[in-house]
Amino acid sequence: MSYTFGPEQLDGIEEVLQNDLMNLGVHSVVLIDTAGNIITHLDNGEMGHDIYSLAALAAGNFGAMSSMAKMIGEKEFSLLFHKGIKENLHFSKVSTDFLLVTIFGNEVSLGFLRLKVAEAIEKIDKILEPSLA
Amino acid sequence: MAFINPKKKEVQAKIVYYGPGRGGKTTNLEYIYKRFKNRIKTDMVVIKTHGDRTLFFDFLPFDVGKINGYDIKIQLYTVPGQLKYDATRQLVLRGADGVVFVADSLTVRREKNILSLKNLQKNLTANNKNIFTIPLVLQYNKRDLEKQGIPILSLETLEKDLNSQLKVPSIEASALAGTNVALTLKNIISLTVSSLKKELT
Repeated sequence: MSYTFGPEQLDGIEEVLQNDLMNLGVHSVVLIDTAGNIITHLDNGEMGHDIYSLAALAAGNFGAMSSMAKMIGEKEFSLLFHKGIKENLHFSKVSTDFLLVTIFGNEVSLGFLRLKVAEAIEKIDKILEPSLA
Repeated sequence: MAFINPKKKEVQAKIVYYGPGRGGKTTNLEYIYKRFKNRIKTDMVVIKTHGDRTLFFDFLPFDVGKINGYDIKIQLYTVPGQLKYDATRQLVLRGADGVVFVADSLTVRREKNILSLKNLQKNLTANNKNIFTIPLVLQYNKRDLEKQGIPILSLETLEKDLNSQLKVPSIEASALAGTNVALTLKNIISLTVSSLKKELT
């Protein structure tokens, strides 16, 4: 069993991520599914992260947090944020089966990032809609 | 569930090593990592507990090469085998395209193998998958222990206990020595890829 998106959908997602997040100054942005597969990945060319391992861990981490949410009576935590000294990670759910992982430095404010992530997700939802219906 | 990227001509699929605790799942991945280092561009990810057991999962990405013009990237995962980690096992199984069940040949582990296989069936069902239809290979691990005089289960017993209904490929192996670790991997990759292949034409 497998699923796919058309090249125009993938182009559309990349355009949204570029305009809304990369242009904001984030270092790297990855859209993954909850199995840990990478749908698309953009970075500023300076990072060189091991993106496959990062996706596997991000999916696992988000899954673990969702299970914890259910244990305390929440349906889910729709976003997660990890703060580092120089780099920070922001996770946000996209529709039911996808996650947007953003890696950004301290020059980007968390509040503004959250706003832009929310906007980007709304646009990505629209692009994915025909495939998920 | 595998993701096919038509733009990058790439397929990502997930294979999970399942089985009872201390059965050799992580050892399988460690051997693959050592043996196929040229195909693996990154470090193996391990999340272990204090006592050196797998806590969440191990992860190893593996490039198979091209099929029908598509780059096939296989993500290998192990689950924690200990009973108490059922929630994490279910999580790691999410989206699995193929499963290797690593059974422990030690006579004393007979019951643990059967329970773990039942647990696999339950957790696959919870992920909307069917143990009878998902690509699955059984590995009877630790066959080398017989030479050291340690009592191990006969192949007939293992087949009867684990494979009488499933009737999937089963392979004798020693993950520690590396015997048939690659063969197991080859079998599960080929079953998994052929189940995806019709969608790549």
